[in-house]
Amino acid sequence: MIGIDIGFKWFIFVVTALLATGSSLMMVTRKNPIHSALWLIVTFFSIAIIYVLLNATFIAVAQVMVYAGAIMMLVLFVIMLIHLEWGKAQPAPKYSFPKLMGGLITVMFFLQVLAGIMAYTNIGKKDTYTPEMLASMGNTQAIGTLLYGKYVFAFEIASILLLVGIIGAVVLAKKIKD
Amino acid sequence: MLPDIPQNLYYLLGAVLFTIGAVGVITRRNAIIVFMCIELMLNAVNLTFIASGNFLNSLDGVIFVFFIMAVAAAEAAVGLAIFVLIFRLKGTINVDDIHLLKG
Repeated sequence: MIGIDIGFKWFIFVVTALLATGSSLMMVTRKNPIHSALWLIVTFFSIAIIYVLLNATFIAVAQVMVYAGAIMMLVLFVIMLIHLEWGKAQPAPKYSFPKLMGGLITVMFFLQVLAGIMAYTNIGKKDTYTPEMLASMGNTQAIGTLLYGKYVFAFEIASILLLVGIIGAVVLAKKIKD
Repeated sequence: MLPDIPQNLYYLLGAVLFTIGAVGVITRRNAIIVFMCIELMLNAVNLTFIASGNFLNSLDGVIFVFFIMAVAAAEAAVGLAIFVLIFRLKGTINVDDIHLLKG
């Protein structure tokens, strides 16, 4: 974001980062899947706010529309369709040894990543899309020019992937005649 | 006067979200919650892409995230259809009870 007070930027970042972490923790720990899905929507919204801080306004809107809108709507729809919370009683979460070990190893991997982050400085070659240039040109226009120019082949492949996804979902959901 | 937000803080947030998602995948047994944790991990990776793209004044991170979103949408459509099918077939989506491929 250009022309925004740096203290305000820090404030927004800290609040949204804490919100994202807290709501994702809630998502993992809730027993009711519907509550989990709603907390995940909060996480997606706060990540969208961080995208705005990082000058990626197009992706922020896409995040709200695709993730918080389409995908989570589909997930909530499926949860309600197979009405888990009215189904047979969920067994109490068992903290078995493999699960505990898996969680511990994951946290150890996190500590390794943390050590890496502490020592890391990004020394990559700078490109020409500075925030000022993006603001004058328009974020969406810059992305569109790249997407339909340099990356047009990948774009077409993605459209084929989505078509395959649609066909796959229709074939799977079709009732099998017996 | 505060300095600008260091990029490593964004990477740290991405790592924290990814770890929460990974722990959720390992500890939760409901297939839909496992699926949502995978979405969270994808989002953490997206955040890292956008952050490093922003600090390198590059748009390639945005392009990457765009395609990851396309893949996630296709994955959601097919994955949730599979969950509905498994629920019809077995009456549960607890991943511990679904072991058709176990020898």
